Amino acid sequence: MKARVTVTLKPGVLDPQGKAIEGALRSMSFEGVHAVRQGKVFDIEIDGEDRERARATLGEACERLLANTIVEDYAIEIAKTP
Amino acid sequence: MKAAVILFPGSNREGDAARALRQATGQPPAMIWHADHDLPNRTDVVVLPGGFSYGDYLRCGAIAARAPIMRAVASHAARGGLVLGICNGFQILCEAGLLPGVLMRNANRQFVCKFQHLRVENVGATFTRGYAPGQVVRFAIAHGEGNFEADDETLKTIEGDGQAAFRYCNADGRVDEASNPNGSENNIAGVFNSRFNVLGLMPHPENLIDPLTGGVDGRPLFEALAA
Repeated sequence: MKARVTVTLKPGVLDPQGKAIEGALRSMSFEGVHAVRQGKVFDIEIDGEDRERARATLGEACERLLANTIVEDYAIEIAKTP
Repeated sequence: MKAAVILFPGSNREGDAARALRQATGQPPAMIWHADHDLPNRTDVVVLPGGFSYGDYLRCGAIAARAPIMRAVASHAARGGLVLGICNGFQILCEAGLLPGVLMRNANRQFVCKFQHLRVENVGATFTRGYAPGQVVRFAIAHGEGNFEADDETLKTIEGDGQAAFRYCNADGRVDEASNPNGSENNIAGVFNSRFNVLGLMPHPENLIDPLTGGVDGRPLFEALAA
């Protein structure tokens, strides 16, 4: 199974990198862009067919390593099997 | 006083930490590889040095915090043993849950590398008993991610219980926004855990132990461990 974990900063947490990127976009004349926030994406392959179990495993992985839940939120998507 | 310095891939201040410990205790610390599972018997103080463990991959200190040796460090802390994390070591201790809060990218987006005045906030702990209350010291700072953040409730506990060990200040000891190099909440430069046997700080006391390199304000911290 393929899964994608997205980790983003919680609302209100200062994101200097996002601000710098936003400044660069403006300087490149991308009009109307604002509130840029940078996050992380993890593409993960996981053995087995049990989607709920995979979700639980990845949830624990997020809690224990992939995200720092003091300042970050995470979302887990399991790809639809073909 | 038996000291151990933990060496992670990407640590680079372990030599400085070892030198400060040797100067204060008269004997060299044990250097312990991160993949080891045990600390030497009768270790009194564990030091996590500065650097860029695992190249700061994922988040600063995140991967090092899950290294095998960190279980032994956590057990040592749980027994009341002393643990000191400097710079990247501070980041590792926060990621490991041994200290509250988290270190974020500096608010001004700049890597800061300079001398910095600090006010010693709580001299009741083993680490800080060599200083006078409110003493202003000058340490070196060198970091890109030293912006200490914690949620409101955690911050309230830190402030209420005297867990703030050092605050960024100016030469006169005034703690204000102008003297905050990285945007840290309440100018916090170092924090204790709730039992005061674990200390993390972004500044480098181990670099201020010799007049040749700018001063000796870091010495009392290490000498207090040896006393």
